[in-house]
Amino acid sequence: MTARHGRKPILTMYRIEKTFGGETVALKDLNLTVNGGDFLSLLGPSGCGKSTALRLIAGLIHPTSGRLEWSGERGVGDLGIVFQEPTLMPWLTVSQNVWLPYRLRGTSFAEARHDIESALELVGLSEFSDAHPRELSGGMKMRVSIARAMVTRPRLILLDEPFAALDEITRFKLNNDLLEMKAALGCTVIFVTHSVFESVFLSDRVIVMAARPGRVISELGIDTPYPRHADFRTSNEYASHTRDVSNALGEAMGVAA
Amino acid sequence: MSPSEDAVPTLDKEEEIRARRDRINRVAKWTLPSLVMVLSLLAWHLYVTLNDVPHYVLPGPVPVGNSIIEDWALLWPAMLTTSRLTILALFLAVTGGVALAVAFTQSRWAEMSFFPYAVILQVTPVVAIAPLLQIYVDSAFVAALLCAWIVAFFPILSNTTTGLKSADHNLHDLFTIYGATRWQRLRYLAAPSALPYFLGGLRIAGGLALIGAVVAEFVIGRAGTGLGLASTLLEASYRFNFGRLYAALILISILGIGIFAITSLISHLMLRKWHESALTREM
Repeated sequence: MTARHGRKPILTMYRIEKTFGGETVALKDLNLTVNGGDFLSLLGPSGCGKSTALRLIAGLIHPTSGRLEWSGERGVGDLGIVFQEPTLMPWLTVSQNVWLPYRLRGTSFAEARHDIESALELVGLSEFSDAHPRELSGGMKMRVSIARAMVTRPRLILLDEPFAALDEITRFKLNNDLLEMKAALGCTVIFVTHSVFESVFLSDRVIVMAARPGRVISELGIDTPYPRHADFRTSNEYASHTRDVSNALGEAMGVAA
Repeated sequence: MSPSEDAVPTLDKEEEIRARRDRINRVAKWTLPSLVMVLSLLAWHLYVTLNDVPHYVLPGPVPVGNSIIEDWALLWPAMLTTSRLTILALFLAVTGGVALAVAFTQSRWAEMSFFPYAVILQVTPVVAIAPLLQIYVDSAFVAALLCAWIVAFFPILSNTTTGLKSADHNLHDLFTIYGATRWQRLRYLAAPSALPYFLGGLRIAGGLALIGAVVAEFVIGRAGTGLGLASTLLEASYRFNFGRLYAALILISILGIGIFAITSLISHLMLRKWHESALTREM
């Protein structure tokens, strides 16, 4: 079930452990293979180390022990990240914010313009390219953040509970849009969430994690083919998947407690 | 957008009251202080003329006004000196304060080593340092400039240092992921984040530079160097020329107001697009 048909691994994590300050074990014996094209969700209660895992993958922190192996070439623009908050720069316009990954590489705005415009078009914010972030709603800010993460057409996009602070209507809409964007970009996505429903709707692989110490409890495949639309949410298939994932999560919570 | 435009077709009672209150506030903002000014001048004038207060105790507004006009040849160069002193001190405080703040944020060692001394420099009263400076520095202007600089530079340093450190942690992570250089991080992230803090410091430093300049002129100018408006003021008080004293005082105030207005304007222009402090709520 791990490797979807025809997908090659792009990242392999072997026996990763991360201990903070010599005593807090955030992750213990984490083994995970990420394949090109996966939509992989890390699901678990708070404290299960899912954000730590994401920060390890992003290279922001390094494992205490274990190995993290990338296959293939890795360039600067190969990774995009979206945080729980939109983390936009309030002094820049929307399009200048999206320009950031290119700007830090030394690409001028004029050179990047085409990519910036298409990224904004993909998130449906073309009209707002000259607005400042404060003029946008929470959901729109998050869209800008997503546009920024994918403007360089990265191979891998990491999302760390990006929709947790949004209302349900906006979240559903962004879930649908995220799937469309992923399809358009053909990238790999690692999505951290604590919502069973979100993980089932979005991903083809759900990794359930438990807390104290953070570790992987089980992995479930959601084999419903893409494109998935809003009607998937009300299908029996969806219900049965959410039941399975909920049970796995319940088990994870039980183990933790 | 004003509320009245917002609710064009039906303006309910509450909105109507608010619209009217806004209109009144807009006018009152200017007329009330002006009215207070006129009334105070009138009260001052009446008090002096009705009680026959001698001019060496309290000159009326008219003699003071006359004094500004008559002594202009004397007051104007003094005002120029004070302005030059203040602006130069502020300029040096900005360059020095910002440079040191950048050094502090780039190197923890530099901050640990030198920050305590910046504080010592700040907490030592400038009046106590001025006579010393006068001994070691030949030029009275340079000595006064140093005094004013010492007073003005700390708020810039302290605010800018805080500002440079205040950038969003997630944005820092993002810069790390995209492999930003130290310079890019400073230029694109730390500096814009620090801007509102720096501008707050600038407004304080503007006022302090003038205070520092005036204090220095008092202390150093006493030696008969004829330095700026404060010296003119001091000299006028020795001669019981109270008209000129008040004239000098008024010009110092005007200078202070001018500096505050300019720094506030700069701050507004730089932040109006994005910072909460410069935004008017559309509600």
